[in-house]
Amino acid sequence: MIWNPTKECMSADEKHHLQSQRLRKLVETVYHCTPFYRQKMQELGLLPDDIKSIDDIVKLPFTTKQDLRDNYPYGLFAVPMSQIIRLHASSGTTGRPTVVGYTRRDLSIWSEMIARCLSAYGADQNDIFSVAYGYGLFTGGLGLHYGVEHLGGTVIPMSSGNTCKQIQLMHDFGATAFASTPSYALYIAEAMEKAGIPREKFKLRIGVFGAEPWTENMRREIENKLGISAYNIYGLSEIMGPGVSHECEQKDGSHIVDDHFYPEIISPETLQSLPYGEQGELVFTTLTKEGLPLLRYRTKDLCSLNAEKCACGRTSVRMSRIVGRSDDMLIIRGVNVFPSQIESVILEMKELEPHYLLVIDRVNNLDMLEVQVEVRDGFYSDEITKMVELKKKIAHRLHSVLSISADIKLVEPYTMQRSEGKAQRVVDKRNLK
Amino acid sequence: MTIKQLSVFIENKTGRINEVTKILAANNINMTAFSLAENAEFGILRMVVSNVDLAVKILKEARFGVNVTDVVCFTLSNVPGALSTILDLLSKEQIFIEYMYAFSQGETANVVIRPTDVDRCIDILTENKTELLSKANLSQI
Repeated sequence: MIWNPTKECMSADEKHHLQSQRLRKLVETVYHCTPFYRQKMQELGLLPDDIKSIDDIVKLPFTTKQDLRDNYPYGLFAVPMSQIIRLHASSGTTGRPTVVGYTRRDLSIWSEMIARCLSAYGADQNDIFSVAYGYGLFTGGLGLHYGVEHLGGTVIPMSSGNTCKQIQLMHDFGATAFASTPSYALYIAEAMEKAGIPREKFKLRIGVFGAEPWTENMRREIENKLGISAYNIYGLSEIMGPGVSHECEQKDGSHIVDDHFYPEIISPETLQSLPYGEQGELVFTTLTKEGLPLLRYRTKDLCSLNAEKCACGRTSVRMSRIVGRSDDMLIIRGVNVFPSQIESVILEMKELEPHYLLVIDRVNNLDMLEVQVEVRDGFYSDEITKMVELKKKIAHRLHSVLSISADIKLVEPYTMQRSEGKAQRVVDKRNLK
Repeated sequence: MTIKQLSVFIENKTGRINEVTKILAANNINMTAFSLAENAEFGILRMVVSNVDLAVKILKEARFGVNVTDVVCFTLSNVPGALSTILDLLSKEQIFIEYMYAFSQGETANVVIRPTDVDRCIDILTENKTELLSKANLSQI
C-alpha cells in the first residue's frame, strides 16, 4: 500500500515545483537563522534570492560531519532551543558526538516517513513490530518506534540485546515484523533454531533491516532462515534517522523520501554533480527540516540514483545499495566507527605505542572488533594480572568512546607495520560484496 | 639482597619460548631459574639469568617486550614443612606474594618469590635466619 500517494507518486513537474518552493524557503531560513550558512553563502557571493529553483542547488555550499563537530553542540540549529523537543547523538571522534535536534514538526515528519516505509513493506495497523534497534541516543530505536505508532501498528520496544528474551516475546506476543540490523537478524535466526521453537510457531512475515550495509546474499539467507520478506531501510541521524529511504515490494532500490530530502550524487574528488545512474557520493539537502536544516550534506556513502518510475507506482528517486564509503568509516554491529576514534584512545595512553591494527570479522553473524596494540617499553609487567588490567583499561576507554565492545589483543613489540606513508590500520574480513 | 629477575612478554605462538632461549644461548647467558605464567592469549616468561643487563639488551634488540623486577631468592632444606614455615612467617607479617616458583635437588630447595614489599620481605627472612641467595650463590647452583 502507498501511504501518501500525493507525495510518493508526484509527477516530475509537481515534484520540481514542490522541491523548488521548499528549497527557496530553506535557503531563506538558513541564511537568516544560521550564521554558519550565511557566512558560507557570503563567501560564495550568494544571496537567498539567487536560488530560484531546485536546479540552483548546485550553487549552494556543502556541509560535512566536520562542520557539525566544529559547531558542537547547537551551532547549526536554526531554531531556538525552546522549539527543540528531542536530541539524538551519534558517536564521534575524540569523544565529541554529532548532535541532532528535532522540532515537533520534524518528529512528526519523521514518523510519517517511517509510516510510508512500513506501508511499502506491506505492513498495516494489524502488524505487531518488535523493534530491536537500540533505544537511546541512537536514532534507530525511537525512530522506528514512533513510525510504527504513526502507521497504527503495535510496537514492542525491545531495544537491542538479550536475544533469548527477544525470541520469547516475539513468539508470545505474536510479532509479525521486527526491525534490527541484518546481521542481528541472522543471529536471531540461529538462536531461534537453538531455542527449539519451530518456525511455524512464529507469526513473523516482515523484516526491517538497516543501520549497516548488507547484500542480496544476506537477504536470501535471512528470508530463507526466517521465512519472512526482508526489506532495506536507510537513514542517517544527521539527515533525520532511519527512513530517509526504504525499499518497496519490488526490492529494486530504496525510495528516497524526496519531497523532504533532495538527493544528489557527486564525485568525492571533484565535488561535481554526477548524472543519475553514475556511482558517487550521496548528498542530501533537508528540504523541510526545522531543527537542524542542512544544505548538501555529504553522507560519504557511495551509491547511485535512479529517477525512473518504479513498478510499485512511486515516482520517488531510488538509491542503489551502499557499495562503500568515501571515508574510512566502519560500521560495526550497526554502529559507526572511525579508526581515528580508536587512534585517539591509543595515543592518549602512555602505556601504548602509537601503532595499532583493527581486525573486523563476522563470527556467527555478529561483527567482532579486535584491536591489536603494542605495549610501550617499560610497561611490560612480570605479572599477568597487571597485563590483564591494562587490557581491561584499554577496553573500557574504547567502549566509552565507541559504545561497542572490542577485544583487545596485546602484541609483542614491532609486530605492527611501521610505514612512512599511510599504514594499513584496518583489516576487514567481513565479506559484504 | 635482591635478585634481578628478567621477564619477557610473549604472544601464544609456537616456538616463541625457544626463540628466547636460543638468543640467550647464542650470547652465552645461562638460566638459573625459569617459569612461565600464561593466560589464554599471552604468556610471561620469568627467569633468573647469569647476565641480566646483556640479556635485556639483546632481547630488546630482538624486539621482545622485557622487564626487570627485584625478586627474593632463598634456600631451604628439602624436607616436608620447610616452605610452609617460611610462608607462615611472611603471611603473619602481611607480606603478600604475587607469584613464586621453586625447584629442589638433593638436600636443598631453592625458591624465587615476588613479594609486594621486597625490602620488608628480606628483613623478615634475614631476622629468621633464612638463607638468602645472592647473585654469586646462584651462579654456582
